[in-house]
Amino acid sequence: MSASGITIQGLTLSFGRGDAEKQILRGIDLDVPAGQITGLAGESGSGKTMTGLAVCGLLPAGANVGGSIRFEDVELTQLKQRAMNEYRGAKIAMIFQDPTASLHPMLTIEAQLIDHYRHHTGASKKVAKQRALEMLGLVAVPSPEAALRKYPHQFSGGQLQRIAIASALMCEPSVLIADEPTTALDVTVQAGILRLLRTLCDELGIAIILVTHDLGVMSALADTIAVMRMGEIVEHGSRFQVITDPQHPYTRALIEALPDAADAPDAAHSPDTSSAANAANASDAVPTEGGLS
Amino acid sequence: MTLLSLDDVRVTYKLPGRGTLNAVDGVSFDLEPRQVLGLVGESGCGKSTLARAVCGLEPTSAGSISFNGQRIGKLGLRKRDPALMRIQMVFQNPFASLNPRRTIGSQIEDGLRVNPDRDAWNVAQLLEHVELDASSRDRYPHQFSGGQRQRIAIARAIAAGPELLIGDEPIASLDASLQARVAKLMRKLAVETGAALLFISHDLSVVRVIADDVAVMSAGKIVERGPVDRVWTNPQDAYTQRLLAAIPVVDGLGRLPG
Amino acid sequence: MTDVLAVQTKRRSRLRISKQLRTPLALTGGVIVAFWLLVAVFAPLIRPFDPLAQDFDRLQAPSAAHWFGTDQVGRDVLSRVISGAQVSIPLALMLVIFAMLIGSVLGAIAGYFGKALDETIMRIADLVFAFPTIILAMVIAASLGPSLTNAVIAMLIVSWPAYARVTRSLVLGARNAEYVVAGRLLGNGPFTSLSKDVLPNVVSPVVVLATLDVGTAILLLSGLSFLGLGAVPPTPDWGAMVSDGVQNFSSWWIAAFPGLAILTVVLAFNFLGDALRDALDPRSQEAVQGRAL
Repeated sequence: MSASGITIQGLTLSFGRGDAEKQILRGIDLDVPAGQITGLAGESGSGKTMTGLAVCGLLPAGANVGGSIRFEDVELTQLKQRAMNEYRGAKIAMIFQDPTASLHPMLTIEAQLIDHYRHHTGASKKVAKQRALEMLGLVAVPSPEAALRKYPHQFSGGQLQRIAIASALMCEPSVLIADEPTTALDVTVQAGILRLLRTLCDELGIAIILVTHDLGVMSALADTIAVMRMGEIVEHGSRFQVITDPQHPYTRALIEALPDAADAPDAAHSPDTSSAANAANASDAVPTEGGLS
Repeated sequence: MTLLSLDDVRVTYKLPGRGTLNAVDGVSFDLEPRQVLGLVGESGCGKSTLARAVCGLEPTSAGSISFNGQRIGKLGLRKRDPALMRIQMVFQNPFASLNPRRTIGSQIEDGLRVNPDRDAWNVAQLLEHVELDASSRDRYPHQFSGGQRQRIAIARAIAAGPELLIGDEPIASLDASLQARVAKLMRKLAVETGAALLFISHDLSVVRVIADDVAVMSAGKIVERGPVDRVWTNPQDAYTQRLLAAIPVVDGLGRLPG
Repeated sequence: MTDVLAVQTKRRSRLRISKQLRTPLALTGGVIVAFWLLVAVFAPLIRPFDPLAQDFDRLQAPSAAHWFGTDQVGRDVLSRVISGAQVSIPLALMLVIFAMLIGSVLGAIAGYFGKALDETIMRIADLVFAFPTIILAMVIAASLGPSLTNAVIAMLIVSWPAYARVTRSLVLGARNAEYVVAGRLLGNGPFTSLSKDVLPNVVSPVVVLATLDVGTAILLLSGLSFLGLGAVPPTPDWGAMVSDGVQNFSSWWIAAFPGLAILTVVLAFNFLGDALRDALDPRSQEAVQGRAL
């Protein structure tokens, strides 16, 4: 599998024009090397999901994009919609928080896995089915043969996320964008998906962008962590360094806001929760937070 | 005297077709006054159904729930028994739990109106206690963020002077950095006002920080209950062990859980 | 901090509604509705002649003396069109308001209390729905005897079920909302809960429906008068005037001007209702917000 990552430079994104212009991303620089998991952390409204969507070329209509996203010497921001379609789903794939939303409820798993593979590769039905079985095996869906004939509602959330990952892997992507892939899942199911993503990254050499607000997931999975706030990356470093020795005050506040940060129940139970309070104040000040838009 | 007592409580749903689902399948536990009990479990284990049953919002098919010795039945279309108004709940979704058309001041007053100790609080004090500005009272819910709304919902529940405060996944819809803070605030207010707290969450790491006792629920049954530190460090039940092992640790070491 | 945010949001929400009401169609609708309301209020002052006086030559074509001509018994058509506004518009408004009140109260009770009450109210509504509106209105009006009052009663009987059905479905959705449940836990009885928590949150779609219905009501009222089941001669009613025009087909002005009056009023109320729906519909609001993010 080809090993190529993505390089993002000075990526800006805004909606609207003039006075009504709303800045979502204010100049993102990010290197996403192959064979590594690059984490994008941050709270709702920080722009982490939009960064993922920008790489996929899936931004909503009316978005003004600036800067550059390079992939295999191609400038993705300049591509026409039609050309981008050739990349998306084939070389750049994405999985979302809610697997039920990314799978068509009325089609069998077989149809969903095979159709876009054949569209991109022109493979025969037989070859495509073989590949689908292989991928379902890879993501450890039990009895792949039977699974192909089923519909999405016949699976649990965890199994569906595995199938969504299998679907994303069909065309041998070089880049996988995982947007909160385990947020909707129970913690015991989450563990399995995290393992799976790690294996895929290591064995297939895929570049993974992991978008999540969950620092636990970050700590378990990401190789490097970029912390986003209000459309900017405030800190980017190795996993260990960002979590154990955060440089930016916002990162520190995020980590101190973790329930067991102080790790002493007494401290937590006392009314003085100033560190957590600071973190929360910082986030309350984010103007794009859901309730205020 | 025991504040809340559940004895072999069952809640059964009819499934489409002929089957039935035991959402709560024979749960018994006691909650003492001023105790903070965390109820953890994964989605679909019946923990929210149990909370709703305690509030009379879900009919039980067997067993009994009693509060201060008074049996809790289904709250139909009647007005709620004033004695049972000493149980108040904070809901999961802060965007749905406040009436969008009324000011937050008037919604908190709804709580104050049923408080037996009429002079215990006023709106300004309550807002201050949940770390909001007293001038917020004339604003509408859409003018607040999720974390702020959840604190308003807590203020409304506390306003009623509860002896038992229930949080039904009150932090699940909040940003990560707010979760621990709101959970701690709930504990603090419950402890200060002398209320017991039943805190329902799927997040053991938060429950561990705020609860005295923890009960672990799986498939409608409570599989383990004990002091939170004991359960955290020395879980007895196999499910609890699996649940604890699956929690990713924020240590930057890249250890995969489970 | 909160202060600033609150002010911003307030300003933004007001802006959003006014922007949606500022579309060309909405403005046209508003201007025409305002025009006709003024005509209705000041009819006695602005009509050039007595609408009932048969003082002129019969069937005169429009001229400087009689802008809209005269009818088959020598009455001034312009004066009659102006006076017609005084008859139709207040009746239509009153009709819609009463239908909305009766329908939404019954619908709210059906939706909130359910069971036997729901069954009784909604089966009666279904009974009305089972007949074509205009036919049922005709039958009722005919059996009550022709008069404007009876026409209004007939229309009231056929138009409340639409409000009942809409309100019921909205209440069904709203009564299990968490804020309603929270209110119940704080001791709200069913009627307090309904009036304080449920109804204020379902009222705007019902009002939109009512605005859209004013046009239909005028049309229906004119229709009944046209068929001789509404206004009794010589009352200057638009529908009755169109009916007169049909009997004197060569004198086009007798029917054309009241017809035009009906057309403009109905269109204008529909434009206004559409704009109001776009402005108040929470779903379209969300769509706008989603795009803004």
